[in-house]
Amino acid sequence: MWIYEKKLEYPVRVYKNDIGMARLLMAQYGGPDSELSAAVRYLTQRYTMPTNKAKGLLTDIGTEEMAHWEIVATMIYKLVKGVPAKQLREAGLGAYFAEHDRAVYPADAAGMPWTAAYIQATGDPIADLHEDMAAEQKARATYEHLIQLTDDPGVKDTLRFLRQREVVHFQRFGEALNDVQALMDSKKFF
Amino acid sequence: MDKRLSMLKEIQALEFVAIELNLYLDTHPGDRAALRDFYTIRDKLFAAIECYEKTYGPLRVFGDAPSQYPWPWIEDPWPWEIEYK
Repeated sequence: MWIYEKKLEYPVRVYKNDIGMARLLMAQYGGPDSELSAAVRYLTQRYTMPTNKAKGLLTDIGTEEMAHWEIVATMIYKLVKGVPAKQLREAGLGAYFAEHDRAVYPADAAGMPWTAAYIQATGDPIADLHEDMAAEQKARATYEHLIQLTDDPGVKDTLRFLRQREVVHFQRFGEALNDVQALMDSKKFF
Repeated sequence: MDKRLSMLKEIQALEFVAIELNLYLDTHPGDRAALRDFYTIRDKLFAAIECYEKTYGPLRVFGDAPSQYPWPWIEDPWPWEIEYK
C-alpha cells in the first residue's frame, strides 16, 4: 500500500504565468519518458525481479517518481493558474482547454494522451533494468532541454532538482543490474 | 505562514537526505556508516514532522497531529497550492 504525505518532495516556485512552458512541461507529465511512465514502469517490473535489492529499489524509486509526477503537475498548475481562456488559445492551448480546461491531464507536449505502450515489462530482469537505465537518461536529457526553454528561476531550480534525481536513479539501477547479473552468472548451467 | 514554510522546508530537506540514503541502502545494505546516517536522519525527520503536525495539522493521515474536530486532514493548503517564498 501507499500512504500520502501532504507535501511536495521539493518546493515549486513559479514567478509568473507561462502558458508555453506549461505545455512543454507536459512532456515530463504525460509523455513517453515522463514521471508517470517511470512510476508505472518500475512499480510494474518489480514483481518479477529475482533479487531483494532490485525489488526494494524498484519499489522505492517508483514511489519517488510519483512524488516527481506531483511536482511536475504543480509546476503546470501554477504556470496556467488564472490565465484567461483566450490567452490559452493564443498560446496554442485552445484544443487542450476545450477538452480539459485547466485540469492537469496526462498527455504529452503535443496533446497525445499517456499510454502504457510507452513502457515495457518483459519479465526478464536484465532487459527491464537496461530499459530503466535508458529511461533515466532520456528523462535527464528532456530535463536539460526544458531548463534551456525557460527563464523563470523558480522553474529552473525545480527542474535542476528533478534532473539530478535521474542521475542518481541511473546510478542505483546500474548497481541493481550488476547484482542481478552476478546472480544469473552463479546459476549458469550448460 | 513564514514559520510554517520554514518548518516545511526543513522537513523537505531532512526527508530528501532520508530518501537518498534509502535508495543507496537498497543496493548497499551492509554499509554501516550509511545505516547510521539513515537512522540519525530518520530520528531528526520524525521529530520535525511531529513538531509541524502539532502546530499546523496532519502531514500524514495516520500521523502525530492531535485529535481535532472537525476532521483537519482536508484543510488547505494542499501541496500544489503553497506559495513558496
